[in-house]
Amino acid sequence: MTKTAVKPAPDIAARTAARQSGRWRSLRRWHETGVAGLFLLPALVGFLVFFLYPTLRGIYLSFTSYDLLSPPEWIGLQNFTKLWHDPLFWNSLRVTLEYVVINVGAQTVLALGLAVLIHRLTKSTAIRGAILLPYLIANVIVALLWYWMADVNLGVVNQMLGWIGVHPVAFFGDSNWAIPTIAMVNVWKYMGYTALLIFAGLQTIPDSIYEAAAIDGAGEWKIFWKITMPLLRPILTLVLMITIIGSWQIFDTVAITTRGGPINATRVIQYYIYDQAFNRYNFGYASAISVVLFLILAGVAFVQMKLMRADESDLA
Amino acid sequence: MTKQAATADPVAVDTAAARRPRNIHWGRLMAWVLLIFFILITVFPLYWMLRTSLSNNRALFSDPGSWLPVHLTLGGFKRVLGLSSTEQALSEGGSGASLQFWLYLRNSLIVSTAITVGQVFFSAMAAYAFARLRWPGRNAVFFLFLTALMVPPIFTMLPNFVLIKNLGLLNTFPGIVLPFFFMTPFAVFFLRQFFLGINREVEEAAIIDGAGHIRIFFQIVLPLSSAPITTLALLTFINAWNEYFWPLLVAQNDNVRVLTVALGVFKSQTPQGNPDWAGLMAAALIAALPIIILFLAFGRRIVNSIGFSGIK
Repeated sequence: MTKTAVKPAPDIAARTAARQSGRWRSLRRWHETGVAGLFLLPALVGFLVFFLYPTLRGIYLSFTSYDLLSPPEWIGLQNFTKLWHDPLFWNSLRVTLEYVVINVGAQTVLALGLAVLIHRLTKSTAIRGAILLPYLIANVIVALLWYWMADVNLGVVNQMLGWIGVHPVAFFGDSNWAIPTIAMVNVWKYMGYTALLIFAGLQTIPDSIYEAAAIDGAGEWKIFWKITMPLLRPILTLVLMITIIGSWQIFDTVAITTRGGPINATRVIQYYIYDQAFNRYNFGYASAISVVLFLILAGVAFVQMKLMRADESDLA
Repeated sequence: MTKQAATADPVAVDTAAARRPRNIHWGRLMAWVLLIFFILITVFPLYWMLRTSLSNNRALFSDPGSWLPVHLTLGGFKRVLGLSSTEQALSEGGSGASLQFWLYLRNSLIVSTAITVGQVFFSAMAAYAFARLRWPGRNAVFFLFLTALMVPPIFTMLPNFVLIKNLGLLNTFPGIVLPFFFMTPFAVFFLRQFFLGINREVEEAAIIDGAGHIRIFFQIVLPLSSAPITTLALLTFINAWNEYFWPLLVAQNDNVRVLTVALGVFKSQTPQGNPDWAGLMAAALIAALPIIILFLAFGRRIVNSIGFSGIK
């Protein structure tokens, strides 16, 4: 199969020659560096221009007053002191946190249950495909669909509630319901995806462990708590990190359905940033809020990383 | 995938717990019921989208609980695709407003295709440099690329908007495509994993035969990695197709507006009192159609790729 076997002589000769001649080797290395530069060039340009530069510029802008028309003006920490005293900012933090807690909490529990069910019951790709489907559909479409299904007058959800004698609920129009509703819409969207991530983790647990437990007469409930959960912990931590970081950046569903309302009940942090930047042209202030969001996410990642380190050594 | 042979675990459970088979059976039945319930919850809203889109919008208001389309009609689709006259639209409860659906569909196709081709190709080149070439500073640069994974999109999007605006590229295709065109950290990372696994001997043999790195890249590495590259291309296309925030910022004009943004506009234009739900759902369904087709064609590949993308 390999060329070495077919014509060994020139190959070995070339290799020894290469090994012997240091000059040739360093030449080759320079050549390789040049080639690498060539291969890397487009991605590097993309990285520098559209990732690194905007990141640094975003930090810079957070210390300026900038309305897009006149050049940014350095104002030091003023954006951050303004932010500290801005009730709408604190409101957006609180609302987003509420969304994250409901969304991640419900999603993780349901996805874990779903993943274990699939893992213990079936190998069918079709079933895994079916539960993944909502994840592949655009946020905008999912938001529209549920905006219709949860409509207060005609929505099918309220029709069903009516059959069991519950009065119609204004899911998107009631300030107490809006955030839980949006959170559950995205649970519907991401549950299957999260379940498949967990499922991938479950597949790394050797079947022999389950077989041994079954031979010992352990029931499914005991197997779940004594085998599945402990061995799954590192992957579950990782999945949690992905979902928490993702759900802090909720925007699309809000933008399509409630647009921050009723009043400010769903003015989540990313929507507030968007609002400040594109409706009020406070680009400096919007950047300052993004910096805070960035710090929160970095904090989440840091804590999760610490937790993960502490919990390694499960299967290894 | 099929790592389980004859001794699949259900069998093992059954033989081991032969003393109480009834117990196990009930448990498994309950589990199946639960799983089917999950699947129904997942699939039902999609059916409801279809059911609504095939309904007459006026009739929808009189019979909102019907399980089947109310007054079955293709009117919703016709309104969206601009195939029905204003009177026809109004009589079925449409708004009469026109939606340049074909234009937005074309725009979405242009944008998603351009992003997919550019991102996958350039990321593959970069991944090759990281995985197969030796050069000083390689690990440091790779680490720098990876840190970009941690930066939330919103953080780069505001300054990117300013950049695109200063370049005069607002409301142009390059403006929508460029930030995603050259790489994403994920794409580079994903492909590098696969390129690392390619046998070195094949490559060395090619070098001895006088092949340059460009030839190795095109004739050995790319063909050997066609499976992960296809998977990445699918995921990239789906993401690009579904993207809302960035095109919302930079592409408000009709001539470059993509479908997701158009759907948002369509929704906000529909009258508050009696929205054209049938039309909206028809539009949503057609907007999801390309993804559904990809899913039907490549479902297995997409399903099996999940887990890789998140965890590795």
